Amino acid sequence: MPPAKNVIQVKGLRKSYGSLTAVDSLDLTIEEGEIFALLGPNGAGKTTTVEILEGYRSRDSGEVSVLGFDPATRGDVANAWRDRIGIVLQDSADGADLTVEESISHFSKYYSRRRDLDQLIEAVGLDDKRKYRVHTLSGGQRRRLDVALGLVGTPELLFLDEPTTGFDPQARRAFWDLIKTLKEDGTTILLTTHYLDEAEALADRVGVITEGKLIEVATPATLGGREQALAMVSWRDKSGVLREESAVDPTSILRRLLNEFDGEIPALSVKRPTLEEIYLRMIGQSR
Amino acid sequence: MSRVVQALRIGVNRGILEIKQFNRAREAVVFTIAFPVILLFIFGSIFDDEIAPSVTFSQYFVAGMIASGLVNSGFQNLAITIPMERDSGALKRLRGTPMPISSYFIGKSIQVAYSMSLQIVLLLFFGSLFFGLEIPEFGSKWLAFAWIVLLGSLSATVLGIAFSSVPKSGRAASAVVSPIVIILQFFSGVFFVFSQLPGWMQQFAAIFPLKWLTQGMRYVFLPDSFATQEVAGEFELGKIAMILTLWTIVGTLIAIKTFKWMRR
Repeated sequence: MPPAKNVIQVKGLRKSYGSLTAVDSLDLTIEEGEIFALLGPNGAGKTTTVEILEGYRSRDSGEVSVLGFDPATRGDVANAWRDRIGIVLQDSADGADLTVEESISHFSKYYSRRRDLDQLIEAVGLDDKRKYRVHTLSGGQRRRLDVALGLVGTPELLFLDEPTTGFDPQARRAFWDLIKTLKEDGTTILLTTHYLDEAEALADRVGVITEGKLIEVATPATLGGREQALAMVSWRDKSGVLREESAVDPTSILRRLLNEFDGEIPALSVKRPTLEEIYLRMIGQSR
Repeated sequence: MSRVVQALRIGVNRGILEIKQFNRAREAVVFTIAFPVILLFIFGSIFDDEIAPSVTFSQYFVAGMIASGLVNSGFQNLAITIPMERDSGALKRLRGTPMPISSYFIGKSIQVAYSMSLQIVLLLFFGSLFFGLEIPEFGSKWLAFAWIVLLGSLSATVLGIAFSSVPKSGRAASAVVSPIVIILQFFSGVFFVFSQLPGWMQQFAAIFPLKWLTQGMRYVFLPDSFATQEVAGEFELGKIAMILTLWTIVGTLIAIKTFKWMRR
């Protein structure tokens, strides 16, 4: 396998608004073909960072390269660069009077590598809605249209900002499947989300940003020392009392319990900390 | 494909899309197209006395309303809809695509030209049918009409784009923009005969394009003899051209300098 190229490379990125430092010496590398989830509380600098990468905001200092290009560049070269990226923004409410098909087909005219209209509409599951006006769509359908508009130019890099806010669990699963197929096609994805289960289901790596700094980058399984964190074993003992024990090696507790009980161990569970618990611990510490 | 052709092609596509959206937003259609016609009927029916030999106020008013139509469909329309598009995220989305920036403005100009033409045709139709508006013979007056409409809509369009960064939100836009237009209409000789307004009002109005547009439309639609009733004793076509051109240049510069794609 050839060495992976860096699609996004950020070094010492800084941005302040007046006296408020939003992004503070941030370093970040995202490799080709990976899904990278950027996590962090509101006001941590997540949006500012992403908007700098998307070319919406200027930076105060630092080096930024996105697909080998400085997003702060203006003019026609920047349009050639935008031809290669896709952006799915939060809370858009535009184009309400157009139909799904009209919106997608119009936006495809901006790009040089257009995706097939029918395939795209089917991929985002809006087949039966293609002749409907956008204002008649549900929140989840509207979001899938946003994704279609981000994908219409076959981007090498896709920015996904809080893509499943307001989805029901079933719609969220369907959406995740769509994102996974994009990854299989080799699309690099930068995802920001508040849902830790989403990051865990989709991301190859996650980065946690607080107070403008990237405090850790790891796989979802190892973030914050998660794989070494204490596991909690709980069960009901013979007198009917609920018992809990934590250990680095929960298997030893299980072995002991297997000896103790002849058959079923009542109310047995082995729990490792969820990504969410680890994450909350991390951002709690940094405050 | 050269960049200019590409920008034009996408611009025309955007224009078609803008017209489609405009037609589907029924309130907007009624507001921009029907409202001037309703005003025409109200004012034209109430004030129909002669203000000069063989010129009724209704005729005077129709000329003024046609001039206002340019300001409505250019300035007012854009200064209200662009902040709304900024609020809805439409502009931010567009800025994230490879769409050439000029295409957006080409699209807007096409939409303005469309709603303006509708408005002018309706006003001419009802004005000549009910209020004694005389459509001039083909000739120099038509030529003047053409360049006044062109310069008027150009200046109104760029000024609408320039002004679109002033309202803080889409919801506030209408409240900020509409009074400006209405006050200018009062000061510029649309609702009242300009030469009868107080001097300070005339001088204030003379700074802005609408006064000159109404004057130009009076040249086109009123008899030549009416020139003596104008403040300067003539229609001042040269001055009209100069001032509208100046506003177009100023508006373009401000628009380029201040246009915002994102809400703060």
